[in-house]
Amino acid sequence: MKTILTSTQLAITIKRLAHQILENCPDPANTCLIGIQPRGIRLSNRLIQEIRAIQPRTAMKYGVLDITFYRDDVRSELKVANQTDIPFSIENRKVILVDDVLYTGRTIRAALDALMDFGRPAQVELCVLIDRRFSRELPIQPDYTGKSIDSIVTQKVQVSWTENSEKDEVILF
Amino acid sequence: MRLSTKHLLGIRDLASSDIQLILDTATQFKEVLQRPVKKVPSLRDITIVNLFYENSTRTRISFELAEKRLSADTINFTASGSSVSKGETLLDTVNNILSMKVDMVVMRHSASGAPHFLAKHIPAAIVNAGDGINEHPTQALLDAFSIREKLGSLEGKKVAIIGDIMHSRVALSNLYLLKKMGAEVMVAGPPTLIPTYMKEAFDVQVEYNVEKALAWCDVANVLRIQLERQNQVLFSSLREYNLAYGLKKDMLAKLDKEIYVMHPGPINRGVELDSDVADSGQSIILQQVENGVAVRMAVLYLLAGREMTAQS
Repeated sequence: MKTILTSTQLAITIKRLAHQILENCPDPANTCLIGIQPRGIRLSNRLIQEIRAIQPRTAMKYGVLDITFYRDDVRSELKVANQTDIPFSIENRKVILVDDVLYTGRTIRAALDALMDFGRPAQVELCVLIDRRFSRELPIQPDYTGKSIDSIVTQKVQVSWTENSEKDEVILF
Repeated sequence: MRLSTKHLLGIRDLASSDIQLILDTATQFKEVLQRPVKKVPSLRDITIVNLFYENSTRTRISFELAEKRLSADTINFTASGSSVSKGETLLDTVNNILSMKVDMVVMRHSASGAPHFLAKHIPAAIVNAGDGINEHPTQALLDAFSIREKLGSLEGKKVAIIGDIMHSRVALSNLYLLKKMGAEVMVAGPPTLIPTYMKEAFDVQVEYNVEKALAWCDVANVLRIQLERQNQVLFSSLREYNLAYGLKKDMLAKLDKEIYVMHPGPINRGVELDSDVADSGQSIILQQVENGVAVRMAVLYLLAGREMTAQS
């Protein structure tokens, strides 16, 4: 078992990601942050908090997306669906998808399909906390990365948040 | 998470955790139905046949829409105009359809137990869309969903089922479901239409005075008087039924609280429900119909997921 990010490092990383997103975002009113259920939303909740702390009057919109019904493995593993809440139009907006760990890329594929059913975004970017390099099964890469790691198939990355665990940390085991 | 059952034959066979899972999944599907594209690709590899041996408007359209919104392929079969009139048996008909690679069967039949019989003989998952005077599980699920949506939960809520309890599959499914989910239930109507074993069999209250039932309940689920299933005279006339047991506006106005009125449809206006009640703000009849699609999507989605896992 190895700690990838401690609670302090995680806080710094989230601040950095928030700054990078803002740096790359000339028009916040036409940008929205969308967290992917269930695990991406803990990160996206923190990110939007940071963004609103840096720019208190930001017009950036925030939503959460569940992709259960778009998965390509519904027959092998039935997951419980979570809430989707996108209370604005994504038509012609820039969308930043947020998830905790990018691994095979299949979740993001499903998220892109789900997103297109809400409208035609001007641009879609991807922000992840942990990028497990060299393990992609689809041609999907992040635009904002917390940390890239090398790992093998049998290993697992666990992202814990104070919301559901005793502390914020990322571990590999 | 998955259902404990391979088929949805009746609420009788479901665990309360199954009911909870279906209702929670339906909540998410209801959101899907508000999107610009009201459709998800979950069941695009599944083919479903809708076998209707008995007439239906709402249930058939609702199932068909649910299937289409899950991207399943659908075929519709109605007994009239088919080889059933040439004497083909139910099992032969279904086996012929299944040999064309159909994965699930949604069926309505006038004989109680017809889907249970099929479930013993065919490999496909079966959803009961109403069998005779036995059960109509998806109606009970959508009723429960609608109550939950209005009142937050089912536990401890008071539901009065009013009307023809004896011949109603909606009543039976609702009774099983409401008891499993911890609601308090009262059945009300003419003594000739309420079986005497009700109280012992289901531990429900029995009331022959509709006004008293309304004063007790949070939700009144009014059943249709099923003219097609009455082969004997159990009440003297529709007019008299309406006078003694029909819901009228002044009955609701007299209450010191606002109750919700449900009806599984089709309504006999002026018999069990007066028009001004059916069209009032307290009536959630059209919301029940809307919720029906989401609830049926949840049932099909959860059963299809289970079905394919069992095969692999």
